[in-house]
Amino acid sequence: MKFEQDRLANGLNIVAELNSKVHSVAFGFFVRTGSRDETDQLSGVSHFLEHMVFKGTDKYSAEDVNRIFDEVGAHYNASTSEEVTLFYAAVLPEYLPVAFEMFSSILYPSLRDDDFKMEKQVILEEIGMYDDMPSFTAYEKLMQVHFAGHPLSRSILGTVESITALKAEQMRAYHESHYLAGNMTLVVAGNVDWSTVVDLSNRYCSHWPAGETARDTSEAHPTGGTLVLPKQGVIQEHIAQMSPAPPSASPLRFAADVLTTIVGDDSNSRLYWELVASGRAEAAELSYNDYDGSSGYMTYLTCNPEDVKENLDAISRIYEDINKNGVTAQELEQTKNKIASRIVLRSERPMGRLSALGNNWIYRREYRSVQDDLDTLQSMTLQDIDDLLQQYPLVQLSTVAIGPLESLPE
Amino acid sequence: MLNRKITNHTLDNGLEIITEKMDAVRSAAIALSIPAGGCYEPSGKNGIASLLSDLMLRGAGDYDSRALSVAFDNLGVQYHLSPGWHQLTFSAATLADRLPEVLKLVSDVFLRPHLEQKSFEMCKVGREQTLRSIEDEPRQKLMIELRRRTYSPPWNRPSEGSLQDLPEISLQDVRSHFEQCSVPSGAILGIAGDIDAGQIVSHCEDLFKDWDGEAPRLSRGTEPKPDSNHIEHDSTQTQIGIAYRAVPYRDPDYYRAWTAVNILSGGMSSRLFTKVREERGLCYAIGASLNTLKDEARILCYAGTTNDRAQETLEVTIDELKNIDQGVTESELQRCQVRAKSALIMQEESTMARASSLVRNWFHLGRIRTLQEVREQIESVRAEDVLAYARQYPANNLNVLTIGPQPLQVEESA
Repeated sequence: MKFEQDRLANGLNIVAELNSKVHSVAFGFFVRTGSRDETDQLSGVSHFLEHMVFKGTDKYSAEDVNRIFDEVGAHYNASTSEEVTLFYAAVLPEYLPVAFEMFSSILYPSLRDDDFKMEKQVILEEIGMYDDMPSFTAYEKLMQVHFAGHPLSRSILGTVESITALKAEQMRAYHESHYLAGNMTLVVAGNVDWSTVVDLSNRYCSHWPAGETARDTSEAHPTGGTLVLPKQGVIQEHIAQMSPAPPSASPLRFAADVLTTIVGDDSNSRLYWELVASGRAEAAELSYNDYDGSSGYMTYLTCNPEDVKENLDAISRIYEDINKNGVTAQELEQTKNKIASRIVLRSERPMGRLSALGNNWIYRREYRSVQDDLDTLQSMTLQDIDDLLQQYPLVQLSTVAIGPLESLPE
Repeated sequence: MLNRKITNHTLDNGLEIITEKMDAVRSAAIALSIPAGGCYEPSGKNGIASLLSDLMLRGAGDYDSRALSVAFDNLGVQYHLSPGWHQLTFSAATLADRLPEVLKLVSDVFLRPHLEQKSFEMCKVGREQTLRSIEDEPRQKLMIELRRRTYSPPWNRPSEGSLQDLPEISLQDVRSHFEQCSVPSGAILGIAGDIDAGQIVSHCEDLFKDWDGEAPRLSRGTEPKPDSNHIEHDSTQTQIGIAYRAVPYRDPDYYRAWTAVNILSGGMSSRLFTKVREERGLCYAIGASLNTLKDEARILCYAGTTNDRAQETLEVTIDELKNIDQGVTESELQRCQVRAKSALIMQEESTMARASSLVRNWFHLGRIRTLQEVREQIESVRAEDVLAYARQYPANNLNVLTIGPQPLQVEESA
């Protein structure tokens, strides 16, 4: 395992973790743009643009793009979050040049009017699909309530109205101002030589426009709120809650990971034993959602509507106990084992390393090996958890509920 | 070579143990399957298998429910126990040096689970919650209900169980299911990763040698089969499901069927994605897959689309499914083969994927098809083979099911 790093003259960052023992190579272009960089008029443009990238360039039609990726057997896709648009692929080493050339070409797509019009329909279908998924809607609405007035409140998909109204020239302008080499990080993991990575990026990325866009990452100061959305046809109540947690650059983030696993992992956690193992809830979980500048602890509960009050009270009692008494040494040790094993297992595949490598670089400009992560984990103490809880206690500040209930019981 | 790294060993009681030594991994994974899936449930009690899989992890051997969970966590095991149509399968992965201890826990779960009343009550309430949540996920519900209509009992039973039958199930039902079905005869243990085959097999012999029992008999499956083709649901999208006959994994034509399905739906250059999504923008999610039981199989196709475009989506999709018997191109065939090659080689990076594949192979074939053999089979499929297959197993006699506000028109000829 060897780490390499470089930066092209136009500002493109390149990080690579090379491992000749694996069979495949994964790479991803992390573009620092997402819904938090949009305006009301442009709501959903980052995600829509992610789709439009696959519509190709003057050289490659949409059909060529899909066909050529399949011709090299690439496992590829893209995703858009509040802050990153990611394009990634895993391929056998002999196919890396083809897949690399393709992705680096289409990141500067033609954005043709007819493609734009057609893909708009697909985006509207995607919005429709998520509209029928209460767990997704709960997350999206929670971000709106919790981060009200802050860029993180913006919807990734946008709305039917914003997407319908969006024009191709608005997307072109957004692309021109955000797809700048300084906003991008190329991450490579797996079976490839560093010289190949350097050659490919020099050849296909060095002409990209230089520059970087500023982003407002000031910490949010959520004041909380509650939104209840009664929904026809849904029989369980789906509840999401959020409260402040350490931002992605904070050294407390490791403790936040451990704490949320102890309290709210999907098995063998405090919430699990109290609510899920007992059959009182279908799901009761706590996760640490880290973002640039402001993060959140997110609680997620699904249960029968009549049990909502009792279950939310039970969660409050667990959080109060944790805030007051912390976690036990035994819980800490068990959870370290659990997380260590997850890290190792995930890292056995190049694709499993991509997001860790990318996030460490774009948020913190650092490389951390699997061993670094394991060492940090092993050195964590109860004091670290207490320090975290001092600054970021577990609370249920903002709440969104979707399901049969008209209002939440007091 | 690959096949030299694979071993198989049958214990006197019938348990099959298959191992595969993998390079460049620090982990090891296991999959242990017993003949305890939905097809062994008595009629009218669908959900016994899923309740059993919930309950087996609620205490076993010297461990109560919580202690068992802690023991697995302390060993860093990622695991789950899931009911299927035929088998109930425990899958787990951890660092390879911990495997012997993990197998000891697994033998407790399969040979000495507590199956207590108190835990049973909690599992039953939890199961009801899970089933209610599926009602809130129309796409998942569609596939369950489509299977219910395209296969016959006992094969069409949802492995998740059903809200209708759940109240009828007692602890005694679950216990007798366990006694009849948690047996070594028909059980398969796959182990893959950084292992020493000889050592691990001998360890398993010690752990499982006292396991006994004959293979259970299939349920007769006398429950009625639903035939409605629409389920009303107040939703933004209509979910469309289409099913028709295909050949199962052990059929000599399997890789022809596999190729046909991949031309329809493997990758973004496939026909369904291109014709329905890319050229017409009718949906975001569309796909077809080959669902295989031991003796029969179906192609299950899915599309989700807003209600006023659902009729067109259904028609265009059915046209594409039918059109494959008009010919496939060399370029389509080529893409299938390269995608298969990449997927197979990448599978060698995952111990969990390999362990599951060993068990699946043994279950369907009674032997291991090596990755090399799979690749050769796929690469030997010619365009005319796919055509011959598509004509023999055309997209006719379709089971169509929709979930949404309005039913759709399905042509008689479908």
